[in-house]
Amino acid sequence: MMSSSFNLFRVGISFVMMCIFCKSAVGSLSELSPQKYFSTLQPGKASLAYFCQADSPRNSVFLEELNEAVKPLQDYGISVAKVNCVKEETSRYCGKEKDLMKAYLFRGNIVLREFPPDTLFDVNAIVAHVLFALLFNEVKYISTLEDLQNIESALKGKASIAFSYVRAIGTPEHRAVMEAAFVYGTTYQFVLTTETALLESIGTEDIENEHLYFFHCKQVLDLTEQCRRTLMEPPLTTLNIHRFIKTMEAPLLTEVAEDPQQVSTVHLQLGLPLVFIVSQQATYEADRRTAEWVAWRLLGKAGVLLLLRDSSEVDIPQHANVVFRRAEEGVQVEFLVLHDVDLIISRVESNMHIEEIQEDEDEDMASPDMDIQDDEVAETVYRDRKRRLPLELTVELTEETFNTTVVASDSIVLFYAGWQAVSMAFLQSYIDLAIKLKGTSTMLLARVNCADWSDLCTKQKVTEFPVVKMYKEGKTPVSYTGMLGTEDLLKFIQLNRISCPVNITSVQEAEEYLNGELHKDLISYSSVSVLGLFSPNMTTVKEDFTEAGNCLKGYVITGIYSEEDVLILSNKYAATLPALLLARHKEGKIESIPLANSPAQDIVQIITNALLETFPEITVENLPIYLRLQKPLLILFSEGSINPQYKKAMLTLAKNKHLDSLTPCWLNLKNTPAGQGILQAYFDALPPLPLLVVVNLHSGGQVFAFPSDQAITEQNLLLWLKKLEAGLESHITVLPAQEWKPPLPAYDFLSMMDAAASHHPTRKDPECTKETDASEKDKKQEDKSAIRKEPIETLRIKHWNRSNWFKGGKSFRHDNKEL
Amino acid sequence: MDLWAAARLWGPPGLLLTLALHLALCLRSAQTSVPPPRDYCVLGAGPAGLQMAYFLQRAGRDYAVFERAPRPGSFFTRYPRHRQLISINKRHTGKANAEFNLRHDWNSLLSHDPRLLFRHYSRAYFPDAGDMVRYLGDFAQRLGLHVLYNTTITHVTLHKARQAWNGHYFILTDQMGHTHQCSVLLVATGLSVPNQVDFPGSEYVEGYESVSVDPEDFEGQNVLILGRGNSAFETAENILGVTNFIHMLSRSRVRLSWATHYVGDLRAINNGLLDTYQLKSLDGLLESDLTDLAIVKDREGKFHVTLKFFLEEGNQSADAVTLPQDDNDNFAMRVAYDRVIRCLGWNFDFSIFNKSLRLSSGGEFSKKYPLIKASYESKGSRGLFVLGTASHSVDYRKSAGGFIHGFRYTVRAVHRLLEHRHHGVAWPSTELPTSQLTSAIIRRVNEASGLYQMFSVLADVVLLKENATAFEYLEEFPVQMLAQLETITGRKARHGLFVIDMEYGRNFSGPDKDVFFYDRSVGHTEDAWRSNFLHPVVYYYRHLPTEQEVRFRPAGWALPRPTAIHHVVEDFLTDWTAPVGHILPLRRFLENCLDTDLRSFYAESCFLFALTHQKLPPFCQQGYLRAQGLVGTESLRRHGVESGLLRDYTTADRRREDGARSPLGGSRTPGPPVRPPESNKEEL
Repeated sequence: MMSSSFNLFRVGISFVMMCIFCKSAVGSLSELSPQKYFSTLQPGKASLAYFCQADSPRNSVFLEELNEAVKPLQDYGISVAKVNCVKEETSRYCGKEKDLMKAYLFRGNIVLREFPPDTLFDVNAIVAHVLFALLFNEVKYISTLEDLQNIESALKGKASIAFSYVRAIGTPEHRAVMEAAFVYGTTYQFVLTTETALLESIGTEDIENEHLYFFHCKQVLDLTEQCRRTLMEPPLTTLNIHRFIKTMEAPLLTEVAEDPQQVSTVHLQLGLPLVFIVSQQATYEADRRTAEWVAWRLLGKAGVLLLLRDSSEVDIPQHANVVFRRAEEGVQVEFLVLHDVDLIISRVESNMHIEEIQEDEDEDMASPDMDIQDDEVAETVYRDRKRRLPLELTVELTEETFNTTVVASDSIVLFYAGWQAVSMAFLQSYIDLAIKLKGTSTMLLARVNCADWSDLCTKQKVTEFPVVKMYKEGKTPVSYTGMLGTEDLLKFIQLNRISCPVNITSVQEAEEYLNGELHKDLISYSSVSVLGLFSPNMTTVKEDFTEAGNCLKGYVITGIYSEEDVLILSNKYAATLPALLLARHKEGKIESIPLANSPAQDIVQIITNALLETFPEITVENLPIYLRLQKPLLILFSEGSINPQYKKAMLTLAKNKHLDSLTPCWLNLKNTPAGQGILQAYFDALPPLPLLVVVNLHSGGQVFAFPSDQAITEQNLLLWLKKLEAGLESHITVLPAQEWKPPLPAYDFLSMMDAAASHHPTRKDPECTKETDASEKDKKQEDKSAIRKEPIETLRIKHWNRSNWFKGGKSFRHDNKEL
Repeated sequence: MDLWAAARLWGPPGLLLTLALHLALCLRSAQTSVPPPRDYCVLGAGPAGLQMAYFLQRAGRDYAVFERAPRPGSFFTRYPRHRQLISINKRHTGKANAEFNLRHDWNSLLSHDPRLLFRHYSRAYFPDAGDMVRYLGDFAQRLGLHVLYNTTITHVTLHKARQAWNGHYFILTDQMGHTHQCSVLLVATGLSVPNQVDFPGSEYVEGYESVSVDPEDFEGQNVLILGRGNSAFETAENILGVTNFIHMLSRSRVRLSWATHYVGDLRAINNGLLDTYQLKSLDGLLESDLTDLAIVKDREGKFHVTLKFFLEEGNQSADAVTLPQDDNDNFAMRVAYDRVIRCLGWNFDFSIFNKSLRLSSGGEFSKKYPLIKASYESKGSRGLFVLGTASHSVDYRKSAGGFIHGFRYTVRAVHRLLEHRHHGVAWPSTELPTSQLTSAIIRRVNEASGLYQMFSVLADVVLLKENATAFEYLEEFPVQMLAQLETITGRKARHGLFVIDMEYGRNFSGPDKDVFFYDRSVGHTEDAWRSNFLHPVVYYYRHLPTEQEVRFRPAGWALPRPTAIHHVVEDFLTDWTAPVGHILPLRRFLENCLDTDLRSFYAESCFLFALTHQKLPPFCQQGYLRAQGLVGTESLRRHGVESGLLRDYTTADRRREDGARSPLGGSRTPGPPVRPPESNKEEL
């Protein structure tokens, strides 16, 4: 998780830097006035000029692309300029309106072509179009089979043809072909088409992809003979075309007599393997024919050589007839016995495959392993799987036994699923609970494995795991909504032993209830007892209170007193009826809260709020309750119990309403060791304890620390809080506000499937091109840097548009690396 | 064809009708008083009709089932002729999960009553057809289904009526001349008309429906069987031992169901003849188009196979007809046959349906099946649904929709559609928080029988709520209707969706494929997409696909191209609960689709996050923050510390370690850097 977030971070930075770079580089695109521009034109040199009115923002995207094209075009000796049409100097190339701005390609001062800006939609299109215009003679554009046949027959015996099909003019593939044509255009005739029909008519099955064929016409002497064709298999990129044409140029078959380990040909430099056909004097002619046949089949994939055993000084094993040498340096040659040409071919092709796979593995190694569990619950449950739990302490229920059991006795039922980690983790707490309660509870502890009794769970309305329900005779089952742990569930079960609210029948009993004697064994589970005081005639509010008490059953002890002599109690505790008395047993205090005509839900709210302490010790269990107040936390971190003086200071401040905008609390690092982690996140260098911080969790995430050199006294605190409020304190850190993103990428099966079917690639997604607006382009930059860090074929949603565009991330990424 | 696995016949024809004719004449006057329209009329009390009746009954709808015979399932009283059903009755799976067990129970109908499971009716793995009749009888009776027996519907037509649900009523006329008006018509009449091929001499051919089943009658005979489906092989199996030889003739090669995964193809239980053919025991299989065929009878009453072409030469005398062997003396079928038996399957009975219902398009395939949409509603008339075997055109040769174990689910889907369309009851769904998404999917792929049986036809759909904090889970939706999901289910799919489907590998099965090739199973999660056996596939769409996208989806795809796809790697035990092999990759996929972190955390971790981050992962938000955090036990904590996923603060040095604070704050580093060298992989 950390590393991936780092990645994100880095991407963000590089993105920003890129933008800065773009901005400054826009300046590097020479901006000239028309007059100045025309004065720079040199005869015979090509130049691309974009005429525009002074900075029209609409074209900024185009300008960015144009700017990117400066460098590549310069490599081909083409200068690029932006010509500002100012009023004083009008030129006929300056249109009248902003929309009509165009780009022009000049050779010397002669216009070769004009381009409406929308044809130059990105850097690839710019380079492709410009080169296409300049290489008018070198690259013939055709649209029919007849054109192709004419060219073919005209060139037989003279020159070979590089025939390519691209889906559209201006695509990255078109650019690649044009760049290749720039280099090889004088040696080979380049022919280009965008017609799928033409591709089909020469017998290509897969007409969706770009293709490049090499027509070996130069060697053809008999004019009736067709030129041999070789299809280039890798995707059309500048580098691949270069590599492909290089291998076409290389001699088809070379005869060697030296050590295969020492031989060097252009193939090895291009990263292609070598195949040596071992020959003997006796079978030389036949071997040579075989070798030629193999060479044609492997053209563009491997170099083929004829190795003469007799004249060779190398020791070739007796039966070996083929020597295979991989392109990587330092790999030993392999001596093989292959009796079939197809075996040689498949050997080479499978080797290519292996290479790819190995590359994948290398990348996987470098990146975090997606197959390693990073879910702490799943991992801990898995690691604990061999420990035998005393499951027999709880009753396993089935479809048959469930109804009879929960009817026969009050039961707590845990619904879990054997394969679900969270519920299995909780099952352990549940068993611990069973151990604690062994023989003491009247409540039956039962469990249902929903992996086995799915229908039963559905009938009990259990749709997620884990769920705990309590079944009591004659009552609707109650779902447990507390923390999934032994202590909290134990509390729930214990407090459920009494009916809530408890009906108190005498003043004396009420006093016992309030001082905790009535439920001595329970007050450790509920630090507060609530007593509702009503006159006998207050029926509605009594009902509401009863409902509220029922609602809170299992979480807090409630009682009700509404005898005729209720006034004795109300007078004693200064309460006006109807009222609630809250007995805080730990502090030995009894408060009263008036109860207006509140509906049951409000009473529940009143009671829950009343349960909150003024200055609680915050723990893992109770933090959520205090977070609900949505106030900044004022936390005192303490090693062990809190110093009574600090506590007193805090309580005084609270009493005087100085802390109303905060939730004051303290944290005992002994009880809550995770507090260490919190402090480490807040402080770069940890000052000695105790430490007092204000954490603004809900708005902004700033953390402020009370100066550790000051004593924690009422006055100091008050002063500090005032300064804080006035904005005079600076924060020590800001809590990160990031969303929780996927910790690791997933396998991108869609791309893998596309790659496997790469001869039937993904359909074009027209939306992708449309979405390539300014912001999208920014995103692309970001993606590019991110993609390199991730293993192949992994998936992040934000990349999908991009990989669609490149039709199978795999091939794309290979190119990327090589370039 | 293999109808006895599933189909029902519209009763034996004739007898009742003639008896009733007289009565009908007397009661003609009654015809004028038309009873008030019923909401639902079901034609046929076979498995599909009863299944629909069950759902209508449970929902408290106004319905009636019309059945020609005096009892349910009359098809099974006669068919299969040799009485053995080839639908499996697996009584034990070693599992208690009733839903899972339905994956291996091909005969039971769906109901809430566990007594109505077929395993209580037969102990045989391939049960007797009589048990099916008894079962269906009990099903109708125990559940108190409203079936009108001895009621033969002789004609069905449409009557326009503005107030009707669909703008028209279906008018059913029975053998007494009574008419019944129905708002919705559910046709579950199966395929009942034997398929006959017309060629010269076809009158000499005996049909499967009437041929003797007594092997004695075939003693020492030469038999030619036309057809290569289960009925043909079943017939052959019965007489294999007593004949001189059996030849089987069909248009195309035999398709073995274990090679095609289609239960309608030839089942291994019937393929004894293949064995003897390949072991050169005189029996044989031949391929030829039956329409080119002609059969001539010679003076001894024996049959000779010749070609229609020769008969057309004009020479009509039986002995003078040119036979292929005259020119070609090693012609395979040059022997004379004592019997020719036709076992060519069945067609839907279109005869009672008025043309205005537009049930048939007249095409070749539509001679067998009525024309319906993927929602099982007729393309010709709204409100008319075809259920059961007759609805198999939707997944013919693909899935199990023509058989009880398949159409019991499609019937339920149709019922859910109707409940929403006419009663405003939205498609049942469960709404859960996102933290439960992985579990919800894992649960279904491990037990759901509808997904398993109707693979690639019915699929579960997860509809995401705004901001993907919660989702609705819909079960067994007909995937081809995905574009119309909102109107069919009444649920909204505005924020993206997942579709959970079960699929076989794309290129795995086929009549000529070797399905036992070495390396056929895939074990690595990264190769999951190459899985060959039935395995769960999850599709993610940002938007509901359009009708166009569904119709013009890539070839071989069950669904249109998704934004992303996940394959859960195939499993030999079909148990997809392995924490690292199955659940972890699925979670990563879901996380990346939703762009969030779906890990689960102990309360202590959530506590730490809550005080060191402004935002919390969904699991903490939806659990811990609601005071329902997972506390964990000491031994689990120890494992967490050992694995490096949890930090032990009790012994931790309080001084900050070197290194920058990560953007996600704190020092909780569940990622790889702190992992000890041993990994899960090795433990597994």
